[in-house]
Amino acid sequence: MSGPILDPRYALPFAEAALPVLRNAQLRKNVAHAIDTIQAKRARLVAEKADWQALRDAASAIRSHVLEHLPGYLEEFETRCTAQGGIVHWAADAAEARDIALKILAEAKADSVVKVKSMTTAEIQLNAALEQRSIAVFETDLAEIILQLGDEEPSHIVVPALHVNRAQIREIFAREMNLPNLSDEPQALAEAARVFLRRKFLTSPAAISGANFLIAESGAVAVVESEGNGRMCLTLPQTLITIAGIEKVLPRFRDLEVFLQLLARSATGERMNPYTSLWTGVTPGDGPQNFHIILLDNRRSSILARPVERQTLKCIRCAACMNTCPVYRQTGGHAYGSVYPGPIGAILTPQLMGMQHAQSLPFASTLCGACYEVCPVKINIPEVLVELRAEVVAQGHQSIGGLFERLAMQVTSFVFRDERRFQVAQTFLRFLARLLTRKDGWIHALPAMGGKWTQTRDLPGLPPQSFRMWWRDNEAREPAKDA
Amino acid sequence: MRASLFIACFNDIFFPQTGRAVVSLLRRLGVEIAFDARQTCCGQMHANSGYRPEAWHQAERFLRLYTEADHVVIPSTSCTAMIREQYPALFAAFGSESQKRELAALLPRVSEFSEFLIDKLGSADVGAYFPHRVAYHASCHGLRALRLGDRPYQLLAKVRGLELVELPNTERCCGFGGTFAVNNAEVSSAMLTAKLQDVLSTRAEICTALDNSCLMHLGGALHRQYAGMTVMHLAEILVRTETSFAEAAS
Repeated sequence: MSGPILDPRYALPFAEAALPVLRNAQLRKNVAHAIDTIQAKRARLVAEKADWQALRDAASAIRSHVLEHLPGYLEEFETRCTAQGGIVHWAADAAEARDIALKILAEAKADSVVKVKSMTTAEIQLNAALEQRSIAVFETDLAEIILQLGDEEPSHIVVPALHVNRAQIREIFAREMNLPNLSDEPQALAEAARVFLRRKFLTSPAAISGANFLIAESGAVAVVESEGNGRMCLTLPQTLITIAGIEKVLPRFRDLEVFLQLLARSATGERMNPYTSLWTGVTPGDGPQNFHIILLDNRRSSILARPVERQTLKCIRCAACMNTCPVYRQTGGHAYGSVYPGPIGAILTPQLMGMQHAQSLPFASTLCGACYEVCPVKINIPEVLVELRAEVVAQGHQSIGGLFERLAMQVTSFVFRDERRFQVAQTFLRFLARLLTRKDGWIHALPAMGGKWTQTRDLPGLPPQSFRMWWRDNEAREPAKDA
Repeated sequence: MRASLFIACFNDIFFPQTGRAVVSLLRRLGVEIAFDARQTCCGQMHANSGYRPEAWHQAERFLRLYTEADHVVIPSTSCTAMIREQYPALFAAFGSESQKRELAALLPRVSEFSEFLIDKLGSADVGAYFPHRVAYHASCHGLRALRLGDRPYQLLAKVRGLELVELPNTERCCGFGGTFAVNNAEVSSAMLTAKLQDVLSTRAEICTALDNSCLMHLGGALHRQYAGMTVMHLAEILVRTETSFAEAAS
């Protein structure tokens, strides 16, 4: 079996990509165990906050305000950051962001970089571009090391190695770090990673990070993390490159009060994340002396232009939506064919990649609404999913199944526009159903697309009378009948 | 009180017994119930599949039929949610100013079945008798879109003879999701299996809900697996009385 492909341009449609996962008992156990644990911790910590809903309202209002005034806040950030010695770059797309990063690293004569876990660098496929130029890339987040050494793909945006259990981690470390006697105790695994990483922190000339928040009023950048590896990357190397989506800006320092309360509780079920790093430009003699920040658009401004979809950009990447999603719970992240899986990935991926890619993702949901319920910035994900579905339909289906569905939708719509047609269709349906119904009154096998239903479920046969027939025969003829 | 029944197309075709139960129960509670045979479908399947112009025809039809109604009762959580949550955007996109005003005036008079009993009639005790062990599945739209809260539990608590058992992970979707059940049949089935584990753990005789689409999904699998549990819309439980049981026995 070949590994998952996390590039929507080449990935299989969701339903097909999910198949190998659904048959992988170990992976499904790992995913369900991990998200059930995080969910339980989150629920406990949310319950202790009496003002949780008020915090969500505040966060939603701040993020909406930022998106409505984005150009102004970005320019404010640029001015402040530049005044403090930072160098601000603007990248229209992934390729431009990669080129800027490569140019900075070439100027710094860096042949290796340490990295803080960053979704934005994954989005622009930076690591592959660096390796192509013979720059050694060392991920420093524990989960990212596991993936890098084990040649695995991330399946979650906060806990990227969520699908790997500790016995599997032990195996990867023992093999790649040459530690045959390593135990699978969490402490031993963390210690092995610590020793492995320490040399990289001390010798790498450059670091690359993402950003959780950009503060407009001061030009500061904030990164939150759990392990301290980020703090090492952000302070030890001489050159630091931060790559951040343009939507990451907050107006004021004090806005962090709202987001830091929401983010850790939503993401990992902690009251506070262990490390929060904030820096502003360059401080002479302390920390990196060359600080570059690349502000990435990559279709974000086109998302911003659409009134319903715009809310997608409120996201603070906490992953609460995927932790609660009943679809993700079964499939894990790889089936989404993107570095952004789960409900947020289902709306973000097609928009970032262009709607011709990842067309199956807006349909990879039952619209159950669990994601909207937990989202700390109140993104109405089901609403955006439905909006994107309409866009996919408007663009036209390419597949045979899609053409069949379009025909079915148009025929049913024609039928529903007139009650006489509906009555005739019911009679026709009853005739067809009778041919398929067994003696027990149930349909056990349907033809064509219907077979997708009956592969695991029976269907009740049609009763001899529909409700409207019953009403017509029993009620409509006695209009005077009162209760 | 007068109310008009919007049965929902799949109830009309597959589950007429739910409609008959609603009619019978509401009459028992003194409601004058009407059924306009010009009704067809709310448009949920079309809207949720991305076919908006197709959904719009049904939305417009719904408004036209019920704009004069005192109350509209719908024994389906997802159809009620469709009307309440998605109609405003459909009318904003395709409707006239007067239609938007009519819709805004109509929506407060549109109730899901349990909302109508508790909020409009103010009766949690509808005089029902149902001596069985029952688990309640809180369909996603009832739980999160309509926020039915404890309304169904209030109703079940007052049914004489009924033993209500708690369904674990009741907030979790059963995996139906309309066309999702077919387009993502394998993932849908995996979700259904997880849900069935919870449902069967209750050892209930009957799993009830306020939406027959979830019940068609759960019930289809229970039947396939000879699981010895059946499904039934809550209206069909609430309509039963000591007398109706006696009638059935004789």
